[in-house]
Amino acid sequence: MSELAKVFQNKKAFIGFVVADDPDADSTVKNVVALAEGGADLVELGIPFSDPVADGPVIQEADLRAFKVGVTPDKIFEIVAAIRKETAVPLVFLTYLNIVFKYGYDKFCARCQKLGVSGLIIPDMPYEEKDDLAPIAAKYAVDLIPLVTPTSGHRIEKIVKHATGFIYVVSSMGVTGTRNTIKTDLHQLIQQIRQYTDTPTAIGFGVHTPEQASELGAIADGVIVGSAIVKLVAQHGTNAAPALKKYAQEMKAALPVLSAE
Amino acid sequence: MIEKQKKGRYGIYGGQYIPETLMTELERIETTYNEAKNDPEFQKELTDLLNNYANRPSLLYHAKRMSDDLGGAQIYFKREDLNHTGAHKINNVIGQALLAKRLGKTRLIAETGAGQHGVATATIAALFGMSCEIYMGKMDTDRQKLNVYRMELLGAKVHSVTSGSMVLKDAINAAMQEWASRVDDTFYVIGSAVGPHPFPEMVRDFQSVISREARAQILKETGKLPDAIVACVGGGSNAIGSFAEFINDPSVQLIGCEAAGRGVDTDQTAATLERGSTGIFHGMKSVFLQDKFGQIDKVYSISAGLDYPGVGPEHAALNASGRAQYVGITDDEAVDAFEYIAKTEGIIAAIESSHAVAYVEKMAPKMRKDQVIICTLSGRGDKDVASIAKYRGVDINE
Ligand SMILES: Cc1ncc(COP(=O)(O)O)c(C=O)c1O
Repeated sequence: MSELAKVFQNKKAFIGFVVADDPDADSTVKNVVALAEGGADLVELGIPFSDPVADGPVIQEADLRAFKVGVTPDKIFEIVAAIRKETAVPLVFLTYLNIVFKYGYDKFCARCQKLGVSGLIIPDMPYEEKDDLAPIAAKYAVDLIPLVTPTSGHRIEKIVKHATGFIYVVSSMGVTGTRNTIKTDLHQLIQQIRQYTDTPTAIGFGVHTPEQASELGAIADGVIVGSAIVKLVAQHGTNAAPALKKYAQEMKAALPVLSAE
Repeated sequence: MIEKQKKGRYGIYGGQYIPETLMTELERIETTYNEAKNDPEFQKELTDLLNNYANRPSLLYHAKRMSDDLGGAQIYFKREDLNHTGAHKINNVIGQALLAKRLGKTRLIAETGAGQHGVATATIAALFGMSCEIYMGKMDTDRQKLNVYRMELLGAKVHSVTSGSMVLKDAINAAMQEWASRVDDTFYVIGSAVGPHPFPEMVRDFQSVISREARAQILKETGKLPDAIVACVGGGSNAIGSFAEFINDPSVQLIGCEAAGRGVDTDQTAATLERGSTGIFHGMKSVFLQDKFGQIDKVYSISAGLDYPGVGPEHAALNASGRAQYVGITDDEAVDAFEYIAKTEGIIAAIESSHAVAYVEKMAPKMRKDQVIICTLSGRGDKDVASIAKYRGVDINE
């Protein structure tokens, strides 16, 4: 079983997202540790891209804060190394394909494996375009996390059939950002996915309240929170760790408990 | 061809690097386009609109004074500036809007740089009774105010995009985001031969009318193929449309003129194929101006229609194979050419097209008098008059 599949074993997972190097390297380390202490089962680290087409304003602004302090992939690998001294919380990167392409697929995945980054979420790499990266990622035991969206329809089977790690279920159309209501019939979407795979599912895009965590946690194997956490980082600057820990605790507590545990 | 290419690939370039949210829609567009392409009804409607609404076929004009003055090759201009709305953009918009109608869409969105593509899209939306929203970088809404007002007159809503460097690439980002949040009733009319498959192919096909006409016109006029085709390259739609019917004629040299801004060797440039490297952005693998980490550069050109950090995948492949050559033309050279063609031929050409004219000025004198260059005038220059005046330090109090 992959590192990531273990995240979902016998529990509903809370997954938090921060942009790496927002607002600086030390804070990122503290923030990731705080999320883990608060109960996050997995942390996604965003690697900023100049043109984040899948992201809303909150994450775009976080990217700009990171650029201001000179973020680069190598600096982010150093941040990961520092995180690894403090916590063993599973990590994945979220970034755009050009960043990985320019670094070199082999070199990038090799460093991920070495530093214990277990997966990659790449919003601009759909199923059709994963063939160049997939064998290399597999060689280094890095899972490529596929995304399924409300419009995936007949594509779901091929996307999820051989998926490893987990499946990122996009709750709504459009870009990242908090939403008050999610209109998609997620129950049905998850049912469709489960026809073809046992790989765990986690719902993201728009999730921010404990009520949502409890509701969506009943449907999927985990929930992903991005913009709401990044907003806390924006609010608290270099001192966001306590707020993040508290938030993670609240969200984790709201998730349903599996009776088999 | 030795190896069967994956669909939507030009050599190593092309593809569909786009969020999953849009993939089902792209599949639908591709299927519908392939049907439409072979549907005589669709082709008939397309041709009818091109001829009776957009004023095709466009003239192939022999620029005798300029040919004599430069003292070399005979220069012919393919006059896309005479199309309705004043540029080649309408050819592509009519095609895509017909496709949007076939898909049952009621709303068109588009990005625009110089405003020409936005104007063309707003025009066809008005004609088809569709609603229309245009995304334009704030830098460009400032320097192309006239076109902003034209779009509004045509009933479109213009969004001034303030993210990133506030130019064309940022307008594309914003339009893609809007599209991803509302695919049901909305068609994204991409304005150049860029983006995920099938857009580069579709835009090429719709713009190929330029070279289909030009080929027949020059054969009729001179009885032989031209020696060179010259066109400006932003994303590459007028250039690929000008090249398409000549690609299999090895004797015809194909030359694309990119905007070098303040110089190919400065960081104030948009000369993608001279300075860029392979990358993945805006749905395609192609050549981009970017740093070594893959962050896309801010680019610069006096021309709002050419300052794009990438280029269509087919151009990247034509460049890699050597079938076409790409050259950089600076702001200074383009502005000189803008004035030169006005004074020698009485044509005020778009600043984008003036980049191609500038290269013709360089190459024609080195050629024989019996040789022929076809240069595509992609658009007319009324929209640029104010900014050229400003460039020359003249305040015309707009
Ligand atoms: C007149 C004109 N020519 C050329 C271009 C560049 O686009 P492309 O390279 O797609 O032809 C533009 C774009 O706005 C334009 O308005």
